[in-house]
Amino acid sequence: MNIPNTTFQDLRTRVTQKFRGSPVAIFSLMVIVVYAIAAVMVMLGLVANDFDARVGEKFMSPNATSWLGTDRLGRDILSRIVYANKIAFIVGLVTATLSVLLGTLLGALSGFFGGWVDAFIVWLYSTVESIPYLLLLIAISYILGAGLSGVYLAFVLTFWVGPCRIIRGEVLKLKEAEFVIAARAMGYGPMRILFRHIVPNTLHLALVNFTLIFVAAIKSEVILSYLGLGVQGEPSWGTMIDQARAELVNGFFWQIGGATVAMFLLVLAFNIATDTLQQALDPRQTR
Amino acid sequence: MIQIILKRILQGVPTVFGVTLITFLLFNVAGGDPVSLYLGKSANPKEIELMKKEYGLDQPLVSQYTDFLEEIVTFDFGKSFRTRDPVADMLIDRIGPSLSLTIPSLILITMIGVGLALISTYYRGRLFDRMLIFTAVTGMSISFLVYIVVGQYFLAFEFGLFEIYGYRDSDESRWSYLALPILIMTTVGVGYDSRYYRAVMLEERQAAYILTAHAKGLSDHRIMLRHILSNALIPIISRVMISVPFLVTGSLLLESFFGIPGTGSLLLESLMSGDLPVIKAFTVLVSILFVLSNIITDLLYIWADPRVRMQ
Repeated sequence: MNIPNTTFQDLRTRVTQKFRGSPVAIFSLMVIVVYAIAAVMVMLGLVANDFDARVGEKFMSPNATSWLGTDRLGRDILSRIVYANKIAFIVGLVTATLSVLLGTLLGALSGFFGGWVDAFIVWLYSTVESIPYLLLLIAISYILGAGLSGVYLAFVLTFWVGPCRIIRGEVLKLKEAEFVIAARAMGYGPMRILFRHIVPNTLHLALVNFTLIFVAAIKSEVILSYLGLGVQGEPSWGTMIDQARAELVNGFFWQIGGATVAMFLLVLAFNIATDTLQQALDPRQTR
Repeated sequence: MIQIILKRILQGVPTVFGVTLITFLLFNVAGGDPVSLYLGKSANPKEIELMKKEYGLDQPLVSQYTDFLEEIVTFDFGKSFRTRDPVADMLIDRIGPSLSLTIPSLILITMIGVGLALISTYYRGRLFDRMLIFTAVTGMSISFLVYIVVGQYFLAFEFGLFEIYGYRDSDESRWSYLALPILIMTTVGVGYDSRYYRAVMLEERQAAYILTAHAKGLSDHRIMLRHILSNALIPIISRVMISVPFLVTGSLLLESFFGIPGTGSLLLESLMSGDLPVIKAFTVLVSILFVLSNIITDLLYIWADPRVRMQ
C-alpha cells in the first residue's frame, strides 16, 4: 500500500500553515502560552505565594490590594486562581503525557505484533471502556484515597484507552506501507521498524490525543474535587467552584466567577487548538 | 443472521468477564478489606470479623470471586452494607427517577442536535454555522458544575422559574422538579452532539451520490432531508444506542444537587459511605448493558447497511 512516510517537517508545515491562517487559533495558542508561563512562575515561587495567607477581611469585593476580592477566610482570590492554574497544568501535563505514552506503547505493540498480544490488549481496553468513565475514575480515586497521586493514577488508568485504540488502528494500516516493507527488506528488526519507522508516523494522533486528555483531565478534576476526592490542601479550580456554592446565596460571586472564567479560557483555548490541529492533520476535515 | 447474533453475543462474554475481574480486583483486592474500609479505623475487630462472616468476605479470594460471579448470574447481589436491604431492590427503587431525568434529556438532545446540525450543514460556512460552532465550543469549555450551580442559583433561586431542590414521585409534581435538571442536561448535551452530527453530515455532503443528486436537479431541501439525513441515520442511531446504558446511571451531579433520588445519587451515597456491594453490582450491571448496547448497535449496522453484511 502506498502510504507516504510523513516526516516531522511535513507535519510541522501543515500545522503552522493552518494556525497562521486563523487568528482565533493563534489567539488560543497565546492563551495557552500565557497560562503555561504563569504556571511556571508559580512553580518557581515568583507569583501567588500568598495563596494561603490571610490578606484582609472575609468576602471582600475587589479592591486595590485584592483585585478579585477575598474568600471566606480572607485569602486573596486572584492568588488562589493563579496558584490553581499550576495544579491544573500539572494534572493536565502528567495525566496526558502518561496516558498517551501508555496508550501509544500498548496500541503500537497490539497493532504490530497481532496474535495473542493483540487479543489481550484489545480485551483489556474494551473491558476498561465498558465501565462508565466517571464510575471508574471515582472508584479508583476512592480506593487510592484523595490527593494528587490518586488523581493521576485514576486519570491515567481511565484515559489511556482512547490513544491506544486509535494508535492500534493506525499501526495496523501503517505496517502494510511501502516504507515499512522497505525497512523489512533492509533487514531491520521488528522493534526498530516499529519504534523508529512506524510509531513516529503516528505522532500527530498522539498529539491530538494529548490535547484532548489534557482538557478532559482538567474538567474531571472539578468533579473529583466536588466529591472530595480531588486535590487536598492546595487550591484547585474544582475546589474553588465547589466552595463557592454556599457563597452564592450570600450574593458573593467573585470566587466562582473568577475560577470559572480562568478555567473556561484555558479549556476554550485547548478546544480551539485541538480543532485546528485535527483539521491540519486530517485533510478530510479541512473542507 | 441468528448465527451472527450468537457470534456477537459470545464475543461480548470475555468483556463482561473482564469487567467482573477488574471490579473484583479494584474493590476486594486493591482497596484492602472492604469491611474495615466501611466501618472505619475505630471499629471493633470483633465487629469487623462478624460482618466479614455475614457477607462471606472471610472466605479466600478465589471463592469470594466465584460468589461474585454467581451473584451476577442469579441477579441476586446480596445485601447493602449501609441499609442491609437487598441491592437489587435498591437499584430498582431508584431507577424510575433517573429514567425520568435521562430519557427526556436524550430525546431532546438528539432532536435538537440533529436539527441544528441539519441547518448548519445547509448553511455551511455562513453565519448560522459559525454561530453554532462558536456556541458549541464555548459551551463545551464551561465546567458541568458551573452549569448546575449557576442554573440552580439564578433560574431557580433568584428568578423562581423552577423548583430549587427536591422530588415528589407523582405524575403532577414530578416534572416541576425535573424541568431544570433536564434543561441543564440538554443544554450541555446539545453542544457536543450538534457538533458531532454536523461533522457526520458534512462528510455525507461530500459523497459522490450527493453530486449525482445535484446533477439530477434535485432541490437542496430534498437532498438535505432524503439523502444526507437518511444516510446520517446510522451514525445517529449508534450515538443514541451508546447513550442507552447511561440512561440507567442517571446523573451523579445533577441528582445530588437537585435532590433527585435516582441511581446517580444512590451511587454517590454508596461511594461516600463505602457501600461496596451496591457499587460492585452497579458497575457490573451498567457494563453488561454497555456491552449489550454495543452488540445491538453492530446488529443495526448489519441490518441497515448491506455492505457490512457482506464482510
